[in-house]
Amino acid sequence: MLYAASMIPRRRWAYVPAAVAAAAAWIGIYRLLAPLADWLTYTLAGLQAGSRLASAVAFFLYEAPKVLMLLVIVVFGVGVIRSFFTPERTRRVLAGRRESIGNVLAALLGTVTPFCSCSAVPLFIGFVTAGVPLGVTFSFLVSAPMVNEVALVLLFGLLGWKVAALYMSTGLVIAIAAGWTIGRLGLERFVESWVFEVRAASADEPAAPISWPSRFRAGREAIADIVGRVWPWVLAGIAVGAGIHGYVPEQFMAGIMGKGAWWAVPVAVLVGIPMYSNAAGIIPVVQALLAKGAALGTVLAFMMAVIGLSLPEVIILRKVLRPTLIAVFVGVVGTGILIVGYLFNAVF
Amino acid sequence: MVITVYGPGCARCYETERVVRNVLAELQHDADLQKVSDYKAMAAAGVLATPAVAIDGVIKLSGRIPKREEVKAWLT
Repeated sequence: MLYAASMIPRRRWAYVPAAVAAAAAWIGIYRLLAPLADWLTYTLAGLQAGSRLASAVAFFLYEAPKVLMLLVIVVFGVGVIRSFFTPERTRRVLAGRRESIGNVLAALLGTVTPFCSCSAVPLFIGFVTAGVPLGVTFSFLVSAPMVNEVALVLLFGLLGWKVAALYMSTGLVIAIAAGWTIGRLGLERFVESWVFEVRAASADEPAAPISWPSRFRAGREAIADIVGRVWPWVLAGIAVGAGIHGYVPEQFMAGIMGKGAWWAVPVAVLVGIPMYSNAAGIIPVVQALLAKGAALGTVLAFMMAVIGLSLPEVIILRKVLRPTLIAVFVGVVGTGILIVGYLFNAVF
Repeated sequence: MVITVYGPGCARCYETERVVRNVLAELQHDADLQKVSDYKAMAAAGVLATPAVAIDGVIKLSGRIPKREEVKAWLT
């Protein structure tokens, strides 16, 4: 449920001048970030151009506010978009859906449906008992955490739109293919049997009319919630990234995570799975590694393993899945990530 | 009146319980506050996202922390 319409229709357009002013201010400040960072580093702090410290400081002073500003605007937009989607509605779309189409829909809806890994279990039970096929449910559970707005903003801000688009499309393909594979394997018997005994009430959300002001309010709340939660990670991640930029020699990573090392992709995935960090903390570090000669596919695989597969989520899912199914889930998704890693190392 | 807060024990679930408890205290409302962290009971109630709040078995909100004003509106 969102909020009941409380605004008087006549005042609806009163938002427009304020929104235009806010957008203009945002663009103005955003364009000033680069000169401001340079001025702070070289003029105010008087650091010597070309020195290690200066390049680390300038990097941090530019990237940190830039990424935070991008986050604010994208999280707001996604918050508004998410007010159109609820887990109940997504379940209705997916229930009884054939596989293949169902896998594609589930992966796409996973990106826009509000989701938190702490409610993975009630969501799983609600989906499965309402007739959403097991494989389709998994497509949703893979895509929801992996393809998220925080990861995409950081990738866009630090690595450009091409890498962001690559991450998003390969993430969706992995979610679709992994869910489809799990569906083909017929693993329903490895779901804890009590799950199917639950008589789930089909509690449809109360039909409250949702007005545009309340959708905008949902966007503002998303900023407070998400940006409020991830900003320390963004700053910490960019600080570590800045340190790597300034102090780690060029091509340092080429031997360890470069294209030549065939074993780098599986190691990146194996190291990434148990690591639990959100996208905000890991992507700035990954960007710095890339600048020091790490291969794109290896780095992409590492990122996907960290963000998409995490130990806490696996432990939570153990409540409803038997170990065999957990192992298949991690194995199938991990294999998908591995393929993506090798593919990009081969192509780029 | 029975108010049920559904949550497996995440930070946002504790926050939801706190908001509801504070409003109850403020209004000196005698509603019975129950906390459910059992997944089976959650699924049976039709909860898909936590935290969720139900009043007399009807889900009023799920997936986020309620505002004080919302809780007040449910109680009156």
